[in-house]
Amino acid sequence: MESVNASELLQQVTGFAYPNEVDLLWSIMIVVYPYLTGLVAGAFILASLVKIFNVREVQPIYRLALLTALAFLLIAPLPLVMHLGHPERSYEIFLTPQLGSAMAVFGFVYAWYLMVVLLLEIWFEYRRDLVLWSQDAKFPLNWLYRILALFSKDLSDEGWAVDRKAVKVITIIGIPSAFLLHGYVGFIFGSVKANPWWSSVLMPIVFLFSAIVSGIALVLLLYMIIAPLRNQTINMECVDKIATFLFYAVILDFSLEALDFIHRFYESEESIKILSSLIADKLFISLVIIQILLGMIIPLSILASVRILRANAELRKLAYFTSAILIQLGIFSTRWNVVIGGQMFSKSFRGLTTYRMEMLGLEGLLAALVLLLLPLVILAVFLRIFPAWPKKEKGALPS
Amino acid sequence: MLRRKLLRKLVSLIPLAGTFQAISKLGTAQGIGPDSGHTLPTYGMGIQIDQCIGCARCLEACKTENNVPPEPIFVRTWVERYVIKTNNEVDVSLLGAEGDAAGEVAPRNVLRSFFVPKLCNQCANPPCVQVCPVEATFITDDGVVLVDGDRCLGCGYCIQACPYGARYMHPVTRTADKCTFCYHRIRNGLLPACVEVCPTQARVFGDLESKASPLNRLKRMKKIHVLKPSLNTEPKVIYADLDGEVR
Repeated sequence: MESVNASELLQQVTGFAYPNEVDLLWSIMIVVYPYLTGLVAGAFILASLVKIFNVREVQPIYRLALLTALAFLLIAPLPLVMHLGHPERSYEIFLTPQLGSAMAVFGFVYAWYLMVVLLLEIWFEYRRDLVLWSQDAKFPLNWLYRILALFSKDLSDEGWAVDRKAVKVITIIGIPSAFLLHGYVGFIFGSVKANPWWSSVLMPIVFLFSAIVSGIALVLLLYMIIAPLRNQTINMECVDKIATFLFYAVILDFSLEALDFIHRFYESEESIKILSSLIADKLFISLVIIQILLGMIIPLSILASVRILRANAELRKLAYFTSAILIQLGIFSTRWNVVIGGQMFSKSFRGLTTYRMEMLGLEGLLAALVLLLLPLVILAVFLRIFPAWPKKEKGALPS
Repeated sequence: MLRRKLLRKLVSLIPLAGTFQAISKLGTAQGIGPDSGHTLPTYGMGIQIDQCIGCARCLEACKTENNVPPEPIFVRTWVERYVIKTNNEVDVSLLGAEGDAAGEVAPRNVLRSFFVPKLCNQCANPPCVQVCPVEATFITDDGVVLVDGDRCLGCGYCIQACPYGARYMHPVTRTADKCTFCYHRIRNGLLPACVEVCPTQARVFGDLESKASPLNRLKRMKKIHVLKPSLNTEPKVIYADLDGEVR
């Protein structure tokens, strides 16, 4: 911030902005944070479909979805901490929270989701395998498995039944928790009455559905990349089903966002002029082109046409893969448009300012890219230690 | 026996502890203050738009008194210049900043023009206090919203929540900063620096509740308005002769 030339920044303001608004405060880090949490919630909800609604076709990605959620959840708080002026004081939010603050509840929602939901569900899902692996694996992995299984040696069918039941119960608690995790992130923005771009009761719901969209698309992408890498054929029944869910989720998300826009324009409050010029002058590419056209309309058309045209498997794979990538791009843009867009207009409603992203540095583009890639590295390690699919030579696990 | 004695002694100490607490409270919040120590004042500021001549002395005084960073994009108080043209176009610029466009308008095209001093509104219902995750920003018993720089995490949520743009992230301390009504001065019976230096009494300071306060006279003599009343922040900075164009 010190390096920023004040008069240069002032010159980038079109119209009038309060002086303290000229330099944007929440950087790309705060864009990455809701994007990552959204992927967590979305991946978890996809996994839950298997357990709660018994969607048998999606079983092959169940463990992948859970591990993806965990890998991204571990990194999700990092961008927040990196953004703080005093990261060394961040623990205060856990020790002495001001419970009237939406942000203070973060510690509890996060801890609940990590400890009670994700870790427990993964543990029960893997417990039997951990016992099996601890017998087969070499040092030091066998010890790792033994410790993680909490020295359980139970391979009985009764034990297995208890695990199944526990997973089901946790999933039932997990779905509202996942809704809470990301709905809460939306609430952080939606409850700021000073900012008409953020302040909306729909915000938590829009965040939630965009989270589901991005999570489903991510797991679909990962599965379609990992399966060929493992020399396995892609289970078309599975990806078809995921793509169907994705299709409906995008329609829901699109409708909600459309409702939000229509509502704003129809009410046409005091802020409407500045918000319109925000979209036209500052967010045209990221909102109209990337978020709406590339991130929603094109993937929706692709997904709809493969269904209508009954395309063959190869074409469907290509269509799903392309759509999932476009959707990721679109949802990242959604986060960008909320966080950065919400700071680019003055609360005097009389002018617009500009975000100049750092390249290097703790809050720069490079750091953001590292944070986006880090969960994938963690996921790769997880998948190596805790295989998501039965090893061929060992025979299939009971499911 | 010994234990019972000890317990009895401890119990007898309880009322004493209460007295200590009462005395210590007297020493901090109740006793000190400009208005003799019975009831606490509710500090407020009145801004008389028609008195402000745009001399910018308040801006300098604030920056000097409170060690506010010199850059014009970090301010505790600022003055906006409004020029409303005959075609009803509104031109707003920042006093003291480069590119002040107001001078370029030909006088015959000007419908009306005025200055608006701005600062933290010291809201009675402050959104910044509501959102602070660690209670680093709080409202004092005499109604001033302050930031505890030793507790602030520097998350910036309060800055986003302020509808008036009154807060900024201090580039050196990396914590949120804002106008304190010069709390170190007013608790010692002095006026805030901006009020002290104002040559036209465009800024009036005092106790909003006291009948003897200059604010009371202002409220009796002028039409009073606050900024963004629809947000229900209940500002304690009140404006006389405020134009409807000001946000």
